[in-house]
Parts: sequence; structure tokens; C-alpha cells
Amino acid sequence: MHDAAEPILRVENLHTWFFTDGGVVRAVDGVSFTLHPGETLGIVGESGSGKSVTAKSIIRLLDEPARIVEGTISFRGRDMVHLSDEALREIRGAEIAMVFQDPMTSLNPVLRIGRQLVETMTAHRRFGAKAARERGVTLLRRMGMATPERAMNGWPHRFSGGMRQRVMLAMGFANEPTLLIADEPTTALDVTIQAQILDLLRELNADLGTAVILISHDLGVIADVCSRVLVMYAGEVVEEGAPEDLLSDPRHPYTWALLHAAPRLDQANDGDRRLTTIEGQPPDARDWPAGCRFRARCPFAVAKCVEHPDLLPIGEDRAARCWVTQDGATLRPPTHARAVGEARTATGVQPLLEVRALAKHFELPRDSFLEPHRILRAVDGVDFDVFPGETVGLVGESGCGKSTLARVVMRLTEPTEGRIVFDGQDITHMSQAAIRPLRRRMQMIFQDPYGSLNPRMMVGEILSGPLRLHGLVPAGGARERVRELLDLVGLPPAAAARFPHEFSGGQRQRISIARALAVEPGFIIGDEPISALDVNIQAQIINLMIGLQERLGLTYLFIAHDLAVVRHISDRIVVLYLGRVVETAPSQELFARPLHPYTNSLISAVPVPDPHLARRRRRIALQGEVPNAVDPPSGCRFRTRCPAAATRCAEETPSLTQAAPGHFVACHFPGSVTVV
Amino acid sequence: MLRYLASRLCIAVLMVLLATLVIFLIANMVPGDPVLTQLGDIAANNPDMVAAFRHRWGLDLPLWDRYWIFLTGLFHGDLGISIGSQRPVLEDIAQYAPATVELSTIAFLLALIVGLPLGVVAAMKRDTWIDHLARSISLVGVSAPTFWLAFVMLAVFYGALEWAPGPGQISASTFPPPTITGIMLIDAPLAGDWDTFWDAAAHLVLPSIVLAASTLGLITRTTRAAMLEALSQDYIRVARAKGLVRRSIMLGHALPNALLPVVTLGGLAYAQLLTGTVLTESIFSWPGLGRYTFQSAVRLDFPAIMGITLVVAAIYVLVNLLVDLSYAALDPRVSRR
Repeated sequence: MHDAAEPILRVENLHTWFFTDGGVVRAVDGVSFTLHPGETLGIVGESGSGKSVTAKSIIRLLDEPARIVEGTISFRGRDMVHLSDEALREIRGAEIAMVFQDPMTSLNPVLRIGRQLVETMTAHRRFGAKAARERGVTLLRRMGMATPERAMNGWPHRFSGGMRQRVMLAMGFANEPTLLIADEPTTALDVTIQAQILDLLRELNADLGTAVILISHDLGVIADVCSRVLVMYAGEVVEEGAPEDLLSDPRHPYTWALLHAAPRLDQANDGDRRLTTIEGQPPDARDWPAGCRFRARCPFAVAKCVEHPDLLPIGEDRAARCWVTQDGATLRPPTHARAVGEARTATGVQPLLEVRALAKHFELPRDSFLEPHRILRAVDGVDFDVFPGETVGLVGESGCGKSTLARVVMRLTEPTEGRIVFDGQDITHMSQAAIRPLRRRMQMIFQDPYGSLNPRMMVGEILSGPLRLHGLVPAGGARERVRELLDLVGLPPAAAARFPHEFSGGQRQRISIARALAVEPGFIIGDEPISALDVNIQAQIINLMIGLQERLGLTYLFIAHDLAVVRHISDRIVVLYLGRVVETAPSQELFARPLHPYTNSLISAVPVPDPHLARRRRRIALQGEVPNAVDPPSGCRFRTRCPAAATRCAEETPSLTQAAPGHFVACHFPGSVTVV
Repeated sequence: MLRYLASRLCIAVLMVLLATLVIFLIANMVPGDPVLTQLGDIAANNPDMVAAFRHRWGLDLPLWDRYWIFLTGLFHGDLGISIGSQRPVLEDIAQYAPATVELSTIAFLLALIVGLPLGVVAAMKRDTWIDHLARSISLVGVSAPTFWLAFVMLAVFYGALEWAPGPGQISASTFPPPTITGIMLIDAPLAGDWDTFWDAAAHLVLPSIVLAASTLGLITRTTRAAMLEALSQDYIRVARAKGLVRRSIMLGHALPNALLPVVTLGGLAYAQLLTGTVLTESIFSWPGLGRYTFQSAVRLDFPAIMGITLVVAAIYVLVNLLVDLSYAALDPRVSRR
């Protein structure tokens, strides 16, 4: 499979441990792999699996107390583990470049883009200051910046996340490195921007022949770019092979679980909406279990698994660390109990929530006393209904106004125009005192499970707070109710006496859900409740939310930027663009027949963990980013990025019209751009 | 930018006026009577003397009239006559201010020149002996009381070792140079009198170290913390991954970010040094505003107190404005369009 050339990178039996006060964290514990010139290698795994530490070990970008305790890393014949600091510095950024996860914090805020880009080149003396500047402009243009000269003089805070990641890529490729390591380069970006960046990465790999190591928790992203994949779990490689093989026929139960935990766009959900999850937590890195490290969570475990398996070849060019598949056995896909598919969206009933022509405008500070305030039209005329017992998904890119909409609907901020009717009562201008009893019936779950829980309060206090606030329990009864709530979200009663920081991200989100449920609401708004979580944890939370809906008859308004998730749990979907609804339809209908070009491009941007399908599917490359809501385009707001835009789109604002029963679209040329 | 500056200046003037009003009201509400402190027990028992004194200083007028007189005087550049010195307050301030400006500025520069590099080096060499030394210095600087430090310095370096001259701005045997700016370190060289310059400089050493101590401690501590904070940021990791040399990572990437909080602190510290010299000046017999403030306060010398308040308020407002402007220059995120 590989060409005859020598590998550029050979990692053997790498052990990188963290010597902390609480013990030795064996983050990377015996990893070996090779990389050939121009190859694209993906490393996938959940948080704490050791994938990032592996990558950082290669260029020894490790902070105290991390140390490489064993193993060799040989890069083009040089021993990276024992290289002097100066020799290492000469390799960093020149022969091996690295791009990191968060473009918002990766650029120095007080230095101009140009300076940061130029110093990458001048530091290695390959270019003089002037030549480096010229090359900087060329690089930025190559990365798709429209005005590279201006960008060179710009400050980082003026650029969006996607643009900053282009700058980071320009820095990465500046010295024509042999190897580029990209550590979750698109995790912090919108799907449409992610698609642009991944396309760029693929092109650069093809054009320049730079080898790429791409680290991601998303199998779809890996399958999109890479020709070989390592799956890491608990500090070890558990499976290795070509993405086609791994994705169609995983041979390690962890790969299997990763694959089936992610909600997918290419698979319908006409049956049970629950996702496959693996229960429990990864083992403690300070004390790995003796046998197979996945055994405790493995649905396929056999008696032999108490012995630690080796990574052994299982057929051509692939290997797995599993006793079960060692002799060629395959892992059967999970069976979904097909539930009776009832139409859950009620018709002829009064909607629980009615939103009409809702707008929220923000006044920005004026430039001077003489000029008028500039107006940011975050939400600008939105209509939708939510019927009792259904789940409505609200999707759109960052900056489309979906979080603002949620806050306005909850009356956490005041609406500018329009009407909000909750259960027959007009709450648009209701006083905070009058709305207070209604608050009990509508609750919100936030995105950030770290910031939304008071770190100084014990979980028991967090949960009993709303109960007391609404006078729902007698003095002694709170304890019993807290226990009930914890049980409802799958946490032990002992959790009540612990503080939020003692819990993982997924567990905190369970606490957030429990808090929302405390007052027995009928309606819950989830503002990207799973975006900050690992794939498997996402699946657990989704399953929890689906289960709670069935048991308690809840109604959800579920906000997300991930179409696959929304499709999975929503009965109906509302697609938002720049403060307006562009399309709304029942979930199945929307994905079967997306009519708005924006919806189509959103669908096409989601990476599918299936290389065959990914290659077959047409990618609708969406140009640029969401325009500024201060000065939105005339007519159809999407026209500046729309592949089908015509003169009419600039002159006339399309209204939301019914294309099929329950399927509304705001487009002059619906169905002109299609992905399916 | 000009427009911004103009509006900031207008607000600054209002702030200063507001400060004088507040001090005026407070000074008139304190249960003390300048009559008693000025005339003495015997004269204060004579109603005629008291009435004459009150009339002479306008104390018989209603409160608002007196404030109005102060304000109109202010607009004519007249701060009134000091009850204590019987001279125009403006003249008094002009006489005492230069000595304070000289002492505070030298102290501030000392704190900055020592504190900033010390903080940077401490952060770069975290947990080494130099870091421990820097932290000890800043701890002592911040926590040692000024009067204690002043007496110890005097006792050791003047009394015991005789390395430094005693209190005062210059030696008794030295003639002061002709007054041009009122600042010895400038006036002496202008007059070509280098002996006086060195004598004045030697007299500055102890009081400026005493005055600088707590500011130096604060600047060291803040710089160290800000550098450590900056060094933990993602962009530093990126700079390392780019293969930059350590020097340019520290000074080119971390320091410009670390300077932001130091600038805020530095501005406030300088204002505090300019206005907080009372103790140090009293102990070192420094003929500056601090001593003048102290004397005016014990005499309940209203015109002088109002004049000093005006100066203090103006210094604070001006320094704050400078801090904001330098912030805009240092941090592109707060600069105006």
C-alpha cells in the first residue's frame, strides 16, 4: 500500500507520562506508528485518549510535568527524543509545523497578523524580512483570503474563527514543512467553515506533498481527509487501518462504538431514536486496568479479555488490539428496536409556543455623540410554532441569531418587535413578576457545562435552589426530591454532596438537565446542550433527553449547529440564517427534499464517516462567512453566498411559502441547488 | 481620536470641579474651627477679634456664597489666600509642588526600572532563586510601613554608615540654584552648578527608595503575575511551535500582553506617589506638597486645602486619561476606529 520510500516519521513504543502530585498519569502508553512522505494520517479518540499528547510529543511541545519516559521518535533519521533544544527549535515550524484547535486564542491579540506570519519565516532564516512579507501575502491569498495585503496589517480580533484558522494554516505551510500536525483544527468552527478548512487541507496536501497528521474526535472529519487512521483509547492505539475498512467494518469494539454513537446524516431514524452508547467512563490514566483497557465498557467482552491484548495484524494493512476479532471475527452492528413510528407532531392542537414576526435588535455603541446608534439585527422577523410533546430543532451557523432567539423566547432579554405566545398567554410584554409563575413551566439548558453551574454550590443546593425559589417543597422535602432528580438523570444520590468541579463535562450536563427538570417544566429549551461534549457523551445525553421526553411528556426546542444531531432528535426543523427563517419542515421531509440552497449547503458540509458516500456526494462549497447583521444584504440575505443567486434575489425579499404540507421555504428558486 | 480626546477632557474638568465641591462640603462639616487654631485660646475668647477674623477670611458668609467665591476665583486663576502662610495659595503650591514632583518622579522611575525587569525575569525563571528573591523584595516593599522603612534607612545609611546625607533637599552649606523649574536636578545643571546637582541627587536617594518601596513591590508582583498569565496562553504555545527563539517568545509575544495590567497599575501608582508623600516628606524634611498638605490640614486652612484638592484631583484625572490613551496604543482591541 505504501510507496517504497522510507517513512519520514517513525514512532516506536512511545510513553509520555505526566508526573503530577496526584500520581503518574500515563497519558500515552506505548504508541507506535510510521508516516510516509505525503501521507495523511488521522488520529481519533475521545478526550483523554492521548491523541493530542502523542502529537505534541513528536515535536516535544510538552509542558511540565509531562515527560517522554520511554520509546523513540525518529524524524528523517533524527532522534527527536534526545535532540538538543536548539536543534529542536530549528525543526519546529520549519520541518514540522503544528496547527492547534482554537484559532480564537492561537493568535497573539496585540500583534498584527503580518508580523506573526512573517516571524515564522524569518525565525528560520529561510527568507529575509521583505521576501517573507511578500510570501506572506501569497500564502494568505492561497488560503483563500480575499484581501491578503489588508489582512497582513490587520489585528487578530478583527477576524472570524475561520479566517484566523486560515492564517494559522498559512503559518503552518510558511516554511514548506515536511509534516503538518493539525490538532482538532476545525472543532471550534461551524460545519460550513469546517468544510472549507478541510477542503483546503486536502488541497494543500495534494499540491505540496506535505504529510499531515490530523487529530480529531470526529470520525467523519478523519474519513474526509485521511488515507490511514489510528484509533486511540486509554493511551494506546486500539485499531489501525484505512478509513474505508475501519468505517465499514470496525474490528475494535471502541471503534465500533465511536462509529455508532455519532448521529449520522446518511442514515434515517425512522425507528428508535436512541443512539448506541458505551456506558461508563474511560479508566483512570493513573492506574490502567491490567487486561484490555476497554473491557469494562465493552459489549463484546469475553473471558480472555482479562489479559492485555497486543496490537496485531488482522488482514491486509490493518491491525486491532482485541481478542474477539483477532481470528477474523467481525462486530455486528447494533440492532435498533424499531418503535412504532407515530407522527408525534400533533395537528389541530393549539401550539404550546407561538412565535410571530419576532425581532431582537441591539443598539451598538455609537462612534461619536453625533452619529446615530448602529443597529445589530440579531433576530429579524421570525415565525414558528412548537406543539406540545414535539421536538423542534433550530439550526444555523454561529451568528445566525439562534441563541438570541432562545433568550428572547424565554424573556431573558426583551423582544424588539413581534409576539410570543406561550400556552395561550401573550408573554411578549408581560412583566417579570407576572411571568414568574410561567418560568416554572419553561426551562433552559445551556451549552457550557462548566460555566453554567455555580462552582461554590454543592449539587444538592443547585438542584434545590429552584424548588425553594418557586416554593415547591416543604422545608424537609427538598432532599428527597433532589435524590429523585439525580436518579432521573442517571447520577448516584451521593452526587448531591459534591461540587460541580468534581464531575466530568457529560455529568455536569446531566446536572444542568436535572436543575431544569427540578420545577417540573413542560417545555425545555436546549441551547446547544451537547456541543461541548465528546461523541459518546453526546449520544448519552441525547438518549437521556429522549428518554425523559417519553417519560415526562416534555416539549423541546433544541438549538444546535450540528444538523446530524438535530435530525436525530427533532420532529420538525427550523433553519435560521442571519436572523430569519429560511426553511422549516418535518425532519424526514427536510432531509429527503431540502429546498433552500442554504439548507442544502449545510447538509453537504457535514462530514460523513463513510468514504464511499463522501466521495459520491456532491459538496456545495459555500463561499465566505455569515455577513454582519448590522448591515445585512438586501433582498434575500443568503444571496451573497448563494450559488443560485440572481438579480431578483437582491431586489425582492422572498417570503416563507408552503412548498409541501408543513414544508415552508423562503427562496425565489427553491430546489435549484441540491445535495441529495 | 481628537473628538474622543475632547470629550474625555470635558468629563475630566467636570470631575475635578465635582471633587472640589465634595471636599468643600466635607471641610465645612468637620467639627473644627479655624478661628481657634489660628487665633489661639486667648484671642478666641474676644468676640471682636473672632468677628474680625471671620470677616477677614469670609467665614461669615453663607456656605454657597463662599463656594461661589472659590469658583469665580478659580476661573480667574486665583485660589485665594492661605490662612496659614498669608500668601496666595497658588504661590504656595507653585513653590512646594516641584520638590514633590521631583521626589515622586524619581521614586516612580526607580520602581519601574527595577520592578518591571525584576517581574519579567522572575516569571521567566519561575521557582529559581531569582524568582524567590523578586518575590521577597516585593513582599517586603508592599508590607513594610513607610515610616518604619524611613527611620530604618535613616538610622542605617545616614546615622550608622554615613553613606547618605541626612534629611532635607540639599545640604545646609549648599546654595540652591536660581529657581527656573523649581526642580533641583534640572535647575542645577542649567545654572552649571554640578556640585549642587550631585548634592541634591544624593539627598534624593533615601527618600525616593522609601517612597518607591511599596510601588516597586506592586509593580514587580503585577508584572510577574501578568507575564505568567501571558505565558500560559495558547499563542505562546503557537510561538514555540513556530520555532521562535526563547527571547522573542518572552519579549516579543508575552511582554506586550503582560504590559497591559502594568500600565493601569503604573498610572495609578504614579498618581498615588505624587499625592501620597505626606509621611515621607515629613520625615525627610522635604519642602514639598506633602508637608504643605499636612500643615494646612492641622490649621484647617480652607483655601489651601481647596487648592491642594484641586491639584490632587487634576493629577488623578490626568493620569487616568493618560492610562486610557496608552491602553489604546498598546491594545488594538480597545483602540477606536
